[in-house]
Amino acid sequence: MGDIAMNRTNQSRYEQRVMQAYQAHKQSGGPTYILGIETSCDETSASVVRDGREVLSNVIASQADIHKRFGGVVPEVASRRHVENITLTIEEALRDANKTLDEIHAIAVTYGPGLVGALLVGVAAAKAISLARGIPLIGVHHIAGHIYANRLVEEMDFPLIALVVSGGHTELVWMKGHGQFEILGETRDDAAGEAYDKVARALNMPYPGGPHIDRLAHEGEANVPLPRSWLEPDSYDFSFSGLKSAVLNTLHNAAQRGETIQPANLAASFQDSVTEVLVEKTLRAVREFGAKQVLLAGGVAANRGLRERLQGRCQQEGIPLVIPPLSLCTDNAAMIAAAGYIRYEKGEFAGLDLNGVPGLSLSEQ
Amino acid sequence: MRVLAIDTSNLVLSVAVVEEERVLAETTTNQQKNHSVRMMDAISELLDATNTSPEELSGIGVAIGPGSYTGVRIGVASAKSIAWSLNLPVVGVSSLQAVAMNALGFADLIVPLFDARRGQVYTGCYASRGLDSLDMLEKERIILLQEWLPLLRDRAGGRSILFLGEDVRMHRQTIEQVLGEQALFASPAFNHPRAAHIGYLAMQRLQEGTDAHALVPEYLQLAEAEAKWLAQKQEGSVKE
Ligand SMILES: [Zn+2]
Repeated sequence: MGDIAMNRTNQSRYEQRVMQAYQAHKQSGGPTYILGIETSCDETSASVVRDGREVLSNVIASQADIHKRFGGVVPEVASRRHVENITLTIEEALRDANKTLDEIHAIAVTYGPGLVGALLVGVAAAKAISLARGIPLIGVHHIAGHIYANRLVEEMDFPLIALVVSGGHTELVWMKGHGQFEILGETRDDAAGEAYDKVARALNMPYPGGPHIDRLAHEGEANVPLPRSWLEPDSYDFSFSGLKSAVLNTLHNAAQRGETIQPANLAASFQDSVTEVLVEKTLRAVREFGAKQVLLAGGVAANRGLRERLQGRCQQEGIPLVIPPLSLCTDNAAMIAAAGYIRYEKGEFAGLDLNGVPGLSLSEQ
Repeated sequence: MRVLAIDTSNLVLSVAVVEEERVLAETTTNQQKNHSVRMMDAISELLDATNTSPEELSGIGVAIGPGSYTGVRIGVASAKSIAWSLNLPVVGVSSLQAVAMNALGFADLIVPLFDARRGQVYTGCYASRGLDSLDMLEKERIILLQEWLPLLRDRAGGRSILFLGEDVRMHRQTIEQVLGEQALFASPAFNHPRAAHIGYLAMQRLQEGTDAHALVPEYLQLAEAEAKWLAQKQEGSVKE
């Protein structure tokens, strides 16, 4: 990403405007209003956040109903909807926040990871508004956004461990301070949310399957033996494809023997295996790194089984846990604005050559 | 009145700032596809070079497709966002028509054409009215080149047909096989779109300019998944 060079002599007028606006605002000492934009998957979202902590608006135009008919997110369809929705969503976010672009100090946009065509719509819109109005531009990593959703609920206490679980991600992140992300472990195959969707499909439940499994699991008993994938003793990585295969095999073998397995029991057993590995690895990291706080982030944070288990274990270990409300766990732009605020404070602005980077790594952030 | 015009719908990246009576600046490249990285800096440079601040613009013109889906979206998302944030009218212009404008003044048929894979092309058929506007003779469509060429021959009567567009090269043999000497091919400088043309088309229509929110690409075809789903729905094999 071509960050804006502050001291170059051949600055463009755009760069001059941006730096002047930034310096003037810093001198004024007033509150910071950031417009967040998020289009990395199938939600078009825009939000206004004050000082990285207070949500003034958070508009989410969901396409879930459209993609349901295809059994999953279709990138081309998602990109098309983003173009249709983007300015409407931004306008609504400003209106809800009772702000105009004149009062916005920076535009923070997700530039990766995600679906490239979808990312590009948000990035193009953010850059266009930034150029047209001379508003500083900030590129935000989607996972940094998920983690910073927690700061909209409670102040961060470093060092901390963040467990990020969503349809596309399963990551254990260690943070020493604001904007410093170190990935301790990540999934080697499927994301946890992906495994949920695949198991749900095997149980003939509609997409997205995660919430259905979670609900079903609460009606059943975890009495079907399924493996736990701990990997090497010192590893913080995850693996869910073996578990998913074990579920499918269990169903298959039972069918061959003419037996029936209670779907609720299977769901409960699957959920038990996933959450045990996620939670125990998180707590091992807490001990090893002396964390003062645990953050749960990502769409799967809505999962009741995971929340309850993590709450119980954190309580046992006496470690404070933050879980954002559901509306801030799934993809939204408020979390992007919150993460962008950290970069705003440091004056880390993106140039107009900011690109969508589908495989962006958190350490590049 | 100053209009900013943008075309990123294919390999070419073209941006221009035009006034009623003259083109103030135009940048066109036909090399790298990296529109997301390059376009906004190109616009920033163009504004600086023409001493134009964004607030001085009176409107935006943009090529809305057909073309590369991603390329079209970069142009449209950017144009509608600039227009919305400055409260300006924005005019969407067909990417095919933008290329056809290169042949203004040509006496016979003008056929812009982009490759659309699997033997298909995005195309349409125009005739020049005077020296400054085009009449559409055959509406824009995606069609098999093998079906399009006989249709054009019928349409043309004895007149010649000028094919325009960067992708014409790859289909030239097929075109000549069907149309023989009736087919004409332009010098390379006529084959790529120029944002200045889009600027002038937009200027003519600024009054009726679209509300930025309503500006959407013209892909000329459904996303593959949608087409399949609709087909299945018609067969009655899916509900909803
Ligand atoms: Zn996410």
